[in-house]
Amino acid sequence: MRKLCLDMVYELAKEDPRICFIGSDLGFGTLNQFREEMPERFFMEGVNEANIIGMAAGLALEGKVVYVNTIATFITRRCFEQLVLDLGLHNVPVRLIGNGGGLVYAPLGSTHLAIDDIAILRTIPNMSIVAPADEAEMKRLMPLTVDYPGPLYIRLGKGNEPILTTDEVPFAIGQVIPMRQGSDALIITTGVTLQAALEGADELAQQGIAATVLHVPTVKPLPKEILLDYISTIPVVVTIEEHTLMGGLGSAIAELIAEANFSEGKRFKRIGLPDVFPDKYGSQADLMKRYGMTSQQVVAAVTGLRKKQLAFFK
Amino acid sequence: MSNSLTITKSSEGSVTHGALDKRSRELRKTIVKTLKASRRGHLGASFSLIEILRVLYDDILRYDSQNPQWLERDRCILSKGHGCLALYAILADKGFFPESELDKFCQVDGILGGHPEYGKVPGVEASTGSLGHGLSIGIGFALNARIDKADYRTFVILGDGESQEGSIWEAAMCAGKHRLSNLTVLMDYNKHQSYGSTTEVQDLEPLADKWRAFGFAAVEVDGHDVTALRDVLSQVPLETHKPTAIICHTIKGKGVDFAENNLNWHHKSRISDNEIQAMLTALEG
Repeated sequence: MRKLCLDMVYELAKEDPRICFIGSDLGFGTLNQFREEMPERFFMEGVNEANIIGMAAGLALEGKVVYVNTIATFITRRCFEQLVLDLGLHNVPVRLIGNGGGLVYAPLGSTHLAIDDIAILRTIPNMSIVAPADEAEMKRLMPLTVDYPGPLYIRLGKGNEPILTTDEVPFAIGQVIPMRQGSDALIITTGVTLQAALEGADELAQQGIAATVLHVPTVKPLPKEILLDYISTIPVVVTIEEHTLMGGLGSAIAELIAEANFSEGKRFKRIGLPDVFPDKYGSQADLMKRYGMTSQQVVAAVTGLRKKQLAFFK
Repeated sequence: MSNSLTITKSSEGSVTHGALDKRSRELRKTIVKTLKASRRGHLGASFSLIEILRVLYDDILRYDSQNPQWLERDRCILSKGHGCLALYAILADKGFFPESELDKFCQVDGILGGHPEYGKVPGVEASTGSLGHGLSIGIGFALNARIDKADYRTFVILGDGESQEGSIWEAAMCAGKHRLSNLTVLMDYNKHQSYGSTTEVQDLEPLADKWRAFGFAAVEVDGHDVTALRDVLSQVPLETHKPTAIICHTIKGKGVDFAENNLNWHHKSRISDNEIQAMLTALEG
């Protein structure tokens, strides 16, 4: 997903002289062609994220469209005030490409786990957040990022995720993508946990429970009206995301549900990382399993909520 | 580096204690009158800046106050945004906005806040106030000029306390690496920050050597000596292929004797009519 994303920045830059790229000490040879063909718009800077974000803001204030890339934790936490003030307050078109959103860097430990990126970026006025589910979706997303207004965070998965999305629905930032239809339960997800959501829905179908699966690549601005249309007609709602339970997609949906004041029969559960630093290494999949971000947990959450819901109406 | 410049080499004892001329006193009076609107503001940090801004806007910068977004303008960022009273005084003086706006400083219906904001105040190139942001944004401006083959220049005014932020030195490394000769840093080195003297709180010395070590051509100048400032600024870049750092030795609160080097006047709130009158009297010269 990362390579495709950066390759697309190069392709877009060939067509649009406004596009600049800034990397923070990326891997050897990254975007060599960009550097060779458009050296004046290619910047490989040192390990200084605060400066890089300010520099990107300066270029963007002058009319450039700036793509900045480094590991997701460093591009969100280290330079948070620069994101708020230099990008958010100035409302400039800088695109933050965060490698390894979620638990991708599991073997490297908590310093490299971007478990809170969505939560902290959600608090920045003018900031938008997208988390594509696979490379096919990344391909549809990137051309739309060039003229999208204001700062935008692109959360990258590990790469080589199975291709789950299709181009049946034209992709747009701020859109909900229905992947399964069913009236018994609603499963809402973003990014690569779409896979667990779909597998969960398939298992539920075998039990005779028809679930709608909504993929929400744009966590901010959240497509609230469309989401509420779905939520209002389905009694059981489960969210799953590769992110801390506090402040991410699940929280955003919880806020929507709480303020919609549905009848008491509505049942809701979030699946995500609890309020911990993961205590193990291993692979992304290992940690997802350890903390319950799996299709099995989706099934358990839906069936559990359905029992409660049925009991309520008895 | 030019040898013809009237500059001081040492960091101490290099500030003129002479009288300010009429224009410098008038700009300070504008600040004092502006304070009537809110009864608060960073006075000391604004008074130390006046001559730096005055020389830039009177003699050095290329701009059109009636067309603040003119592409060929020189860019000037007040990175130490808390000195905005001085910036507002000079921008109003130059006609970027009506002087009547000064009477609405920090008011709900005004455009001039306690820190300057891009998009609200004509002539303000970047929103500043949280320290340590302006130099990186200025680097973006300077790099853009290089990409577009434009000949505008970028000037960034830093505070001394501000230069304790790590981001300033990240930016300094970056500007040095890119050999941004179209970028000039001016430091308002009044040697005082909120709690005490910079020597006490976090010494910056050897300051000029630090900038040189980061790839800048650096000089020191009396930041209240209009002629000396004009001489230095008219010769930037001081070295080809290097950004310039001009360390301006200043006095916090300069021009109002009882506020000079007085930490109580770093930021002042609930300023009384008597204090305003006393400042205006002190500025009569």
